[in-house]
Parts: sequence; C-alpha cells; structure tokens
Amino acid sequence: MSDTDSQTALYRAETGALEIAFVREQMTKPMPAPASEVGVVGWMRKNLFDGWFNTLLTLFALWILYLILPGILNFNFFNAVWSGTDRLACSDVNQGGELYEGWKGACWPYIGAYFKQFIFGRYPDAELWRPILVLIMFFAGLIPMLIPSAPFKRENIIYMLGIFPVVAFILLTGGNLNYNGFLLPNAIMADSALKFWVDYVLLTAVICGVVHFIVRGMDGDSRRPIMLTIFAMALLGIVIFLSSIDFGLRFVETPQWGGFLMTLVIAVTGIAASLPLGIALALGRRSQMPVVKLLSVIFIEFWRGVPLITVLFMSSVMLPLFLPEGVTFDKLLRALIGVALFSAAYMAEVVRGGLQAIPKGQYEGAQALGLAFWQMMNLVVLPQALKLVIPGIVNTFIGLFKDTTLVVFIGILDPIGRASAIRATSDWQGIYWELFIFIGAVFWIFCFSMSRYSMHLERRLKTDHR
Amino acid sequence: MASGEVVSTHSVDEKPKVALLNDPKVRGTIVQAVLLIFIIWLIYNMVNNAAINLAKAGIASGFDFLDREAGFGLNFSPFIDYTETSTYGTVYMVGLQNTLILAVLGVIFATIIGFVVGVARLSSNWVVSKIAYWYVEILRNIPLLLQIFIWYKGVLATLPGKRDSIDLGVVGQLNAAGLFAPKPIFAAGASAIFWAFLAGIALTWIIGRWARKRQMATGQQFPVFWTGLGLVLGLPILAYLVTGMPVSLEYPVSGNFGPRGGMQVIPEFISLLIALSTYTAAFIAEIVRAGILAVNRGQTEASHALGLRPGPALRLVIIPQALRVIIPPLTSQYLNLTKNSSLAVAIAYPDLTAVFAGTALNQTGQAVEILLMTMLTYLAISLAVSLFMNWYNAKMALVER
Repeated sequence: MSDTDSQTALYRAETGALEIAFVREQMTKPMPAPASEVGVVGWMRKNLFDGWFNTLLTLFALWILYLILPGILNFNFFNAVWSGTDRLACSDVNQGGELYEGWKGACWPYIGAYFKQFIFGRYPDAELWRPILVLIMFFAGLIPMLIPSAPFKRENIIYMLGIFPVVAFILLTGGNLNYNGFLLPNAIMADSALKFWVDYVLLTAVICGVVHFIVRGMDGDSRRPIMLTIFAMALLGIVIFLSSIDFGLRFVETPQWGGFLMTLVIAVTGIAASLPLGIALALGRRSQMPVVKLLSVIFIEFWRGVPLITVLFMSSVMLPLFLPEGVTFDKLLRALIGVALFSAAYMAEVVRGGLQAIPKGQYEGAQALGLAFWQMMNLVVLPQALKLVIPGIVNTFIGLFKDTTLVVFIGILDPIGRASAIRATSDWQGIYWELFIFIGAVFWIFCFSMSRYSMHLERRLKTDHR
Repeated sequence: MASGEVVSTHSVDEKPKVALLNDPKVRGTIVQAVLLIFIIWLIYNMVNNAAINLAKAGIASGFDFLDREAGFGLNFSPFIDYTETSTYGTVYMVGLQNTLILAVLGVIFATIIGFVVGVARLSSNWVVSKIAYWYVEILRNIPLLLQIFIWYKGVLATLPGKRDSIDLGVVGQLNAAGLFAPKPIFAAGASAIFWAFLAGIALTWIIGRWARKRQMATGQQFPVFWTGLGLVLGLPILAYLVTGMPVSLEYPVSGNFGPRGGMQVIPEFISLLIALSTYTAAFIAEIVRAGILAVNRGQTEASHALGLRPGPALRLVIIPQALRVIIPPLTSQYLNLTKNSSLAVAIAYPDLTAVFAGTALNQTGQAVEILLMTMLTYLAISLAVSLFMNWYNAKMALVER
C-alpha cells in the first residue's frame, strides 16, 4: 500500500464517511522542463545570456577571444614548422626558403636543435649520463613521496634528504674533492688528506670536550650530548669522505652546468636549506629570549625588504670581500647561499603564520604533560602548524622556482641565460618567440602542477579545529 | 627500597635541587650570550676581512664617490635634470625617482586590473569567469623576468619604426622607440591648479566629517560623493580658467625622421609597466576573490533584511568586511611589485638597481657602500609602505570589545 492510499484510508476512518468524489491516489509524473531551460540551450541562457548586461559581457569576451586565440593557435600549431635542420626550413620565398610569402609561424626545429642546451647547459656530451641519472634519481624519489598511499615513506625521506643529495653532488661535480688540514700548524704536519682526518678527529674531540665542560659545569649528565655530537660528526665525516673518493668521474665545473638542470639545482637546494632555517627563524621570532627574538626579526625583515637581485649582487660582489684572503667560493655556491637566506626569511613568515594559528591550549597541554620545549615543538606544535601552512610553503617554493631565473644577472646560465646566448648565434637569426614560448611553457607546467598538488594536499589534510 | 615509600630529601618550602643546565633562566641567558658572541665575532671578522681585501685591491672606501662626476648618460629622467657631468649622488636620485615612478604607476594599474579580474572570476557569466581564471593561472605561473622579455623583445620591439608610427590620437604616437605622448607645458600660475586640487580634497574631507556628524544627529543625509567630486574636479578647472589657462599640451608632430616634440616614454618603461602590472594583477585578483568569498552570504541577506538597497549594502556592509581580508595580502603584493621593479636591470631601464647597483658599482668598484645604500633604500620603501598599510589596516580592522 502506498503512502497516498494509507492517507486516504486514514481520512476515511476519521470522517467516517467518504464524501469526496475523487481523491488522487497516484502522483502524476512531472512534466519535462521546457526545452529552453535544460541542456545546452538552458545552460547557455543561464550562464551566458542572462539579462542584457551578461549578454553584452559574453559577446565582448567572445570578441576578445576571437582577437587573441586564432593568432596564437595559428602561430604555435597550424602554421608552425615541425621538422628541419637549419634556418632555411623556416624561411619564406623571399628569404630563400620554400614557405609562402608572409609566412608567420613557430619554428620548432630550432628548439629541437638546442634542446640539450636548454636542459643541461654546456655539460660535456660524454658525461651527459650523469645529470640524466641525477634527474631520474630525483623524480624516482619525489614521485612516491608525493603519492600519499605509496609505502616506505620513512625510507623515502631518508633517501631524499640523506642519500640523494650526496650522490647527486658527486655525480654532478665528479666528486674527488681535495681536503687539506685546517687545524694543526704546518710545522707539525704537512697539508695532506691524512692531516685533514687527523684534524677532523681532533676537532671532534675538542667539541666533545667543550660540550662535556659546559654540561658538567651545570651539573648535567654529559653522556647523551656527547654521543649525539660524535654521531653528527661521524655522519658529516662519511659525507666528506664520500666526496673525497676518486670514482673516476671527470670533474665538471659549475660554469658548464646550465639550463633547467641549473633551475632545479638552485630551487631544490634553496628549498631544502630554507625550510629548516625558516622554521628556526620562526621559532626565534616567537621566542621569549629578547636577543634571539630581536636578531630573528632583524634578519627576517631585512631579507624580506630587499629585492632578490640585490641579494644576488651582494652574494657575487660583496660576499668575496667578507671572506678571509685566499678563501674563494664557487659562483654557484655563493648564489645558493644568497637564495637560501632570502627564501628562509619568507619561509619563516609562512611558518610563523602556522605557529600563531595553533590554539594556546595546545602549547599549554603539551607543557602540562611535562614536555620540554623541543619535545613540545616536535611532537605537538610543529606537526600541526606545518600541516596548516603547506599551501604557503608550496607558494614560497613556486616563487623561488620562478625567481631562480634571476641568477642570469650574475652570469649563471639558466634557461633564460642560455636563451640569450643562443639568440646571439647566427644560424638561427631573428627567432625569439619560440624561445620564450618554450621556456615559459616548461616553467608553467612545473608551477601549475605544483599549485594543483598543493590544493589537493590541502583538501586531503584538512581537519577542523574544534 | 620498599615500594610506595616516598623519600623526600627536602621540605616543601626548600627549593628543589635542579641541575643548573635545566634552569630555564640560566639556560636562556647562556644561549643568548653564545649567540650574541657568535654574531659579534662573525661581524667583526667580516668587517676586518673586507677592510683587508679592499685595501689590497686599492679600492677607496667611504661615501666621497657620491660627489664625483659619473660621466655616463641616462635616457630617462622625467623630473630630475641629469647630464653626463652629474655626480653619482644625482645618479642615485635619478634611479630612485625612476623606481618610484614605475612602482607607483605599477601599483595603480595592477590594482585596477586585479580588481576587475578578481570580480570577473566570480562572475556568473561562464565565459568571463573562465577567461579570468586562465588569465590568473597563466600569468602567475610564468617567471616575471620572462614576461618582461616577452613584452620588450617580443611585442614592443616588433612595432613599426620611427617613420611609420602608429597614430593613437590624443594619446600620442607609438613606434619602436616608444610612446611619443603629448607633453604638458606649465606656464606661470600653473601651480594654482595643483593647490586648488589639494584644497578640493581637503574641503571634501571636511564636508564628509560634517555630513556624518549631521546624519548622526538628525538623520538627514548629504550627497557627499557628488559634492566631493564637484569640488575635487571643479576647483582645479576653475583655477585653470581663472589663471588664464596656463597649461597647454605640446603634441608630437610626425616628421620625416619620426615624431618630434612631445614627451618620449621609452619602450623599456612601457614594457616593464605592462609586465609588472599584469603579473601582479594576477595575484591581486586571487586576493580580491578570496576577500569577497570570505564575506558570509548572511551579511548580504541581513543587510537586505534591514532595508538597505544593493548599492548601500555593498558599500556599507560587504566591501568594508572584504577589505579587511584583502588589505594585508594586498600590501605584500604592493611591496613585491616595488621589489620586482628591480628586474628593470634586465632591459636596461635606468632604475635604482640598474644605474646605481649596476653601472655606478661597476665604475667605482665600491660594492659595499653602493649595495648597502641600494638595499637600505628598498628596505626603507618597504618599511614605509608596510607602516602606512598597517595603519590603514588598523583603521579598517574589526573593533572588538
């Protein structure tokens, strides 16, 4: 028995008699909506031609698209030349080529001819397998890390932060660095690799001694801090040792690197260095120790107040002045230091936003549990704060990624720097749009997918604060 | 030891014996002292090394170079007289002037474009909102440097040569050497117009205060907007007519070798202005969109329920609340634009970075002084803008009990 029927029955029972001649017991089917309200027509009426103002707006927008789109599509695809070996392939009849007069289109073989340069700069051909291997290793580590359901996250993080940087450094430069002593005077022992290790052990001993002295001086237990120091020094020692082994790789100096390889090296190093530095600065800015707070504020506000170009100028012109005589840094390393400090300041502000958003009760709860400062930060506050600011961190990273292009001003040949060098060659004269479009497209794909990924992550990690 | 037995070594009012290291006060002092000593040591070393290195390279230090003759020409200096015999100090001033012109105009255009795109992004019109969406996504994901190159080398360099300029009518003539705009010529008495304009603004402010007071007291409204518009525009026009029309426009005349006369706006400036304002506008559009979305729909409905018409509802209820969300990130976009104007160095527009931290630095070699001056200048601009915007933000912020 349907609902309507039972209602009718109830009605009958209540009134005792049925005086209504007809009661509809079955609902009729609703009529279909008018054709103008559904389907494509209805959608267009609702979204495009809803009132005179919207109609006008739509027509205006369509007119703008009509002005822009055909030109772009024709240039890039329909009129473009896709194969050829030299400038002649993209020349019209007047210029001695085969294309019709007045031809306008993209000359893609030009990009093909310089593709290797755009990706790797002037990295020697015989050694190209090295940067390629590094890129493969990088993405092989990155992609499983980005997929939330992929297993072995812990191992993956150790690989990305511990193993990959060392291997990549050795592969890209060739390793086999020379380390000489730094502590003992030459009179006792001449500079050699052996002396370096003697010095290194000595230095470790000195640091352990200082730690022991300070901790004992304040009635603490010095065993744990000393074990930690030795562990850290041993880890650093292994990295230094690996970089000093001769793997038989040719040394490739950094001016020979370039292209998107350079962009990735700078951006990845920058972000890896700026995240811990930024967290430290953010904590410093919220610290209750006046000196720490003041120094953090000055540092952050200074770097955020100046343009990156001046920072890069500073790292290339002023930094060498500040170093002791005879000490020189590689140009790329100097730029990396500048970029890392610069983005650390921005990162600090992003992290600070997260720290401020954590309710005070979380801090107090952690303290009530008896957690010390770093335990509280590591176990309670930072996991929540960092999760909140993931979009901000990704945005900073996107900004950094785009800003790496500025290194061209201090003579590091990233894609844009390579483009200017390539434009100067005579065999492909007068072509520039293709360069811009190609470089722009690559950057765009990287940045766009990063922002999409961060939005996805944001939705995934979203938990309400209640 | 027997379980459950509590052995106390001290009475309650006796202080517990804590290792000195675990005393937060002592620990804090030690950490700060170590940090301070480290920083001082670092700075001392840097200064010392710099002094040794400079002396060795034979580079003078100090700010005497600011009075020396620069000896190079600059192609853009609208307000400051500059010749090759000017000093490095003047170079600095010209650079600062050019940076500020670019930044101010850039901020104005970026705000206008950004608000239009941001509102368009929320439009119920599908085509319009999609165009706005792709505008934002394309422009903000391509490096600004590349966009500057595209406008400069890709678009403006392809304009016709000087001889066949494009005539834009009142705006002037456009060709590969830039825009030849009409140049205003100020005769004696022209300053009266400027003062009349200022007086108009001041009067509008006073009338606004008076009108608000009267409305609070009596409930009567006064058309402040139209009166203000009349005063701000009318007074200068009146002054212009009264002083005998002292301002005239000198239009560029097409000649055999390109336009003559008028005011030449160099292509470097135009391309930078376009690139900076369209790029920053993409970010501003997102901020505006977020700000408008942040205002609860209930606010619109409530103001309608109170009897406000859509216009006043928008002006009195929605926009003030949206602005509160918009202003802080908008400030940082303005600062970004100002700092990004230093990319002018890429196409040799004579801004502060290009002429002072570039050309002047290369000629004098006084890297420390010049870079310090440049960075502190940008820092000062940044701090000034943030102070102003913080004040404005505090004024707009929610007044809570």
